Amino acid sequence: MSVLLPIWFFSERDLFETQRLRLMLFFFPLLSIQQMQFMLLFSRQGKLRLQKWYVPLSDKEKKKITRELVQTVLARKPKMCSFLEWRDLKIVYKRYASLYFCCAIEDQDNELITLEIIHRYVELLDKYFGSVCELDIIFNFEKAYFILDEFLLGGEVQETSKKNVLKAIEQADLLQESQNEDWGGLSEDIL
Amino acid sequence: MEAVNLLSSNRYTEKQIGYLFISVLVNSNSELIRLINNAIKNDLASRNPTFMGLALHCIANVGSREMAEAFAGEIPKILVAGDTMDSVKQSAALCLLRLYRTSPDLVPMGDWTSRVVHLLNDQHLGVVTAATSLITTLAQKNPEEFKTSVSLAVSRLSRIVTSASTDLQDYTYYFVPAPWLSVKLLRLLQCYPPPEDPAVRGRLTECLETILNKAQEPPKSKKVQHSNAKNAVLFEAISLIIHHDSEPNLLVRACNQLGQFLQHRETNLRYLALESMCTLASSEFSHEAVKTHIETVINALKTERDVSVRQRAVDLLYAMCDRSNAQQIVAEMLNYLETADYSIREEIVLKVAILAEKYAVDYTWYVDTILNLIRIAGDYVSEEVWYRVIQIVINRDDVQGYAAKTVFEALQAPACHENLVKVGGYILGEFGNLIAGDPRSSPLIQFNLLHSKFHLCSVPTRALLLSTYIKFVNLFPEIKTTIQDVLRSDSQLKNADVELQQRAVEYLRLSTIASTDILATVLEEMPPFPERESSILAKLKKKKGPGTVTDLEEIKRERSSDMNGSAEPACATDGSTPSPSADLLGLSAAPVTNPAPPSSTNGSLLVDVFSDTAPAVAPLAPGSDDNFASPDLASSEVVSEEPADTVHDADELFHKFVCKNNGVLFENQLLQIGLKSEFRQNLGRMFIFYGNKTSTQFLNFTPTVICSDDLQPSLNLQTKPVDPTVDGGAQVQQVVNIECVSDFMEAPVLNIQFRYGGTFQNLSVKLPITLNKFFQPTEMSSQDFFQRWKQLSNPKQEVQNIFKAKHPMDAEITKAKIIGFGSALLEEVDPNPANFVGAGIIHTKTTQIGCLLRLEPNLQAQMYRLTLRTSKEAVSQRLCELLSEQF
Repeated sequence: MSVLLPIWFFSERDLFETQRLRLMLFFFPLLSIQQMQFMLLFSRQGKLRLQKWYVPLSDKEKKKITRELVQTVLARKPKMCSFLEWRDLKIVYKRYASLYFCCAIEDQDNELITLEIIHRYVELLDKYFGSVCELDIIFNFEKAYFILDEFLLGGEVQETSKKNVLKAIEQADLLQESQNEDWGGLSEDIL
Repeated sequence: MEAVNLLSSNRYTEKQIGYLFISVLVNSNSELIRLINNAIKNDLASRNPTFMGLALHCIANVGSREMAEAFAGEIPKILVAGDTMDSVKQSAALCLLRLYRTSPDLVPMGDWTSRVVHLLNDQHLGVVTAATSLITTLAQKNPEEFKTSVSLAVSRLSRIVTSASTDLQDYTYYFVPAPWLSVKLLRLLQCYPPPEDPAVRGRLTECLETILNKAQEPPKSKKVQHSNAKNAVLFEAISLIIHHDSEPNLLVRACNQLGQFLQHRETNLRYLALESMCTLASSEFSHEAVKTHIETVINALKTERDVSVRQRAVDLLYAMCDRSNAQQIVAEMLNYLETADYSIREEIVLKVAILAEKYAVDYTWYVDTILNLIRIAGDYVSEEVWYRVIQIVINRDDVQGYAAKTVFEALQAPACHENLVKVGGYILGEFGNLIAGDPRSSPLIQFNLLHSKFHLCSVPTRALLLSTYIKFVNLFPEIKTTIQDVLRSDSQLKNADVELQQRAVEYLRLSTIASTDILATVLEEMPPFPERESSILAKLKKKKGPGTVTDLEEIKRERSSDMNGSAEPACATDGSTPSPSADLLGLSAAPVTNPAPPSSTNGSLLVDVFSDTAPAVAPLAPGSDDNFASPDLASSEVVSEEPADTVHDADELFHKFVCKNNGVLFENQLLQIGLKSEFRQNLGRMFIFYGNKTSTQFLNFTPTVICSDDLQPSLNLQTKPVDPTVDGGAQVQQVVNIECVSDFMEAPVLNIQFRYGGTFQNLSVKLPITLNKFFQPTEMSSQDFFQRWKQLSNPKQEVQNIFKAKHPMDAEITKAKIIGFGSALLEEVDPNPANFVGAGIIHTKTTQIGCLLRLEPNLQAQMYRLTLRTSKEAVSQRLCELLSEQF
């Protein structure tokens, strides 16, 4: 019986691996990274309207998490508290009309400030769309994402000033419109 | 691909859509990343803030390792450049943070770090907000480098908390000045101990007091957002106060504040107050203050409508429990248990069991509590809990009679939980004689009571009861015939379950053949269990740990290996806890392991008793050498086992590992074992790789790391279980976490058992965890060296060995070996340049031991003289042994 053995030791990849292991070994246990893990927006019917993941996960995991969380959150009664422990994370959620906004944060994170992150985001959407409703987010999902990116980046608050965030979005919109006019001319040419 | 084309467009709309597509749909590992990177690079260089913003957002959203490789060098430059727009700086800071989290090794530290710290002083609050997140994460990993951030953060915080609510314009959120930034700054300060500079410290205390004061002020707005933002800052401030744990005054104030929240009408605040108080309870300064809220917390347990809030209340009660209030808290928890949600019952059961044991002044109270626990929530009482009560009863003479009486009474109930039957069976079997004097609990009544439950129980419980019966035969000879009748009945002797049948047959024979002397010896009372950490506590810790919640199967596996210290079935004599099947005698495991075979004739009689009924032990395989080389044997069902104490002769390989950490430890035709290990100070981690060289699966693959009794107190090893099947050609990995508690001599042994084809394989190799792995090299001058050398002149501290060279005497190789051994190689210390001198410190948890060594080669004689001087004789001895083998 002869079986070819894989090369496990002392290859180049191996050296890299060792380095990585060393990093994991000596830094990981000391670390408690605090950040938002992901944010989900879903409707009362359980339809996902927006998702933002701040940690790398496979699509399968994302789907599983979403399914489980939507179920858990929808099952809760209105007067219950806005925080719940789920796996080893904390979920902070709030319902606005027909939409649930739901953030996953880590154990040491501040729940109340996360609740206000949600609220500030809703305010931003509201201001931008002018009394926002679920349809705005469905049809202008890209705007919802842009606004979120201006407000939160990599799971951390980037800019808390409502004015500054909206200014950035409006500038982008202006740029877009001025170019759309060019588009008009161009598309006629093509036609 | 289209999206990548869009990225390189000059049109904003196209670019924007391209980026959006990539951020949302491309995950970190996509192949396209390299193409995308190029487009991003152009945008970063474009100096157009909108384009740069888009590019940075995209990097942060994808955040893959490839992205880090491409941009981790670039972004710090953008971040600290003088002419970068504020909005780009913000994005750059958070983008860098994301890359740092993905691949910290790729983000170069450098000049930029000190400039980043100064962003805390930036005029633009948005920039400060973004930078604080980055600094916090960097400071967690490099606290020294970012030390200056403490005073900057304190002064920034102080400016924010003292500002009027209108000062910060758009950064004021519902009349609360910059709540997000305040929370982040407070979080940054939690990376450090309290500031040493009294001025900074004073200023911080002032800030914290101001925040606490503000909580008492009337709200400036009725909106929930106002109170949420204000309280978010408050809770973070309290976290910092708890983290510092140095200002009793602040701690007590924090506790009083939380006490107010306990009765707040907002569910959210009650939840957070309970949670926060849990940590306050562990501080010596505030423990008493927390205890004053006990009534409120108990009330919360009874009246809260939300299960997650009640769960927090249980946690807090557990945290605030001490000797003074244990009886009250345990009683309340038991009360709550009757109505508790199913999801948290098991945890409450564990907590009650731990508290009852920890704070038991009176063990009768403990026994009552646990029996109550079984009565109320029997289904949730895990094995650990009832094992533990038995351990305690057996170890404490004063409670045995009481326990027997109580279980006897508890068993009178018409319907009682199976766990109660188990505890009852075990305890009556051991101590039933203590209550047999009372006519109400005469032997026959005890027996009938137990036997009335017999038919309703599951197989393991019945097996346990059978053992109880045979113990009764010894305790109460007067009911021997009754018991024999029961054992003889068809439902026992011809039971479909092998275990029950075997027990019935064996016990019946034992009771007929053996004399009373033998019975008395065999069925002696259990010896006391050695004291050790409560297995329940271990379980609760595990339950609380991440990742264990879902994998029940794994917990179970860990449980059983935890209970016994090894995966082998425990025998009554060596089990420190009753084995999972609660086998009183250990008979089914191995009939010959009785504590003290009375005499040789009786011994053989005993074997006879079993051999004609139960041929449990298969013949041993002829030779152990050909175990591994005989695939032909694979089909035949043979148990081949080397004697457990012979360690596989791999000494040579073992010595190879003294000076290196990676390599192949063992190899035969079936199996290759590779090692990779890392050590730092007194800690280490070893990765063991098991490679299946055959094309057939290994089944029941169980590697166990065994420390001898001498070794155990000095070396803490933790292993993770591995998958019991190893596919042909596959490799599995096992991690061993190592902690050196004190210096040690022996090496742990790795025992591996598995089934290959039909043969059972068992091999043991020494695991190369040696004392020198915990070396930290120390550089010192010649003068220092000789000074220390002289200090260690006590003859007991020096060990010398003169030995013949086993390898060619090459100076370079020798140098490499000394460095590999772990000590520093000191040049130009010894006046004779041919000699080698080394120095280092052995780190153990308890002490650090300085070591000096000198190696003098004699080329003509092909000999070495090795001298070791350390502050501890045993250490010198061991290091000398290890190092002598190397040359």
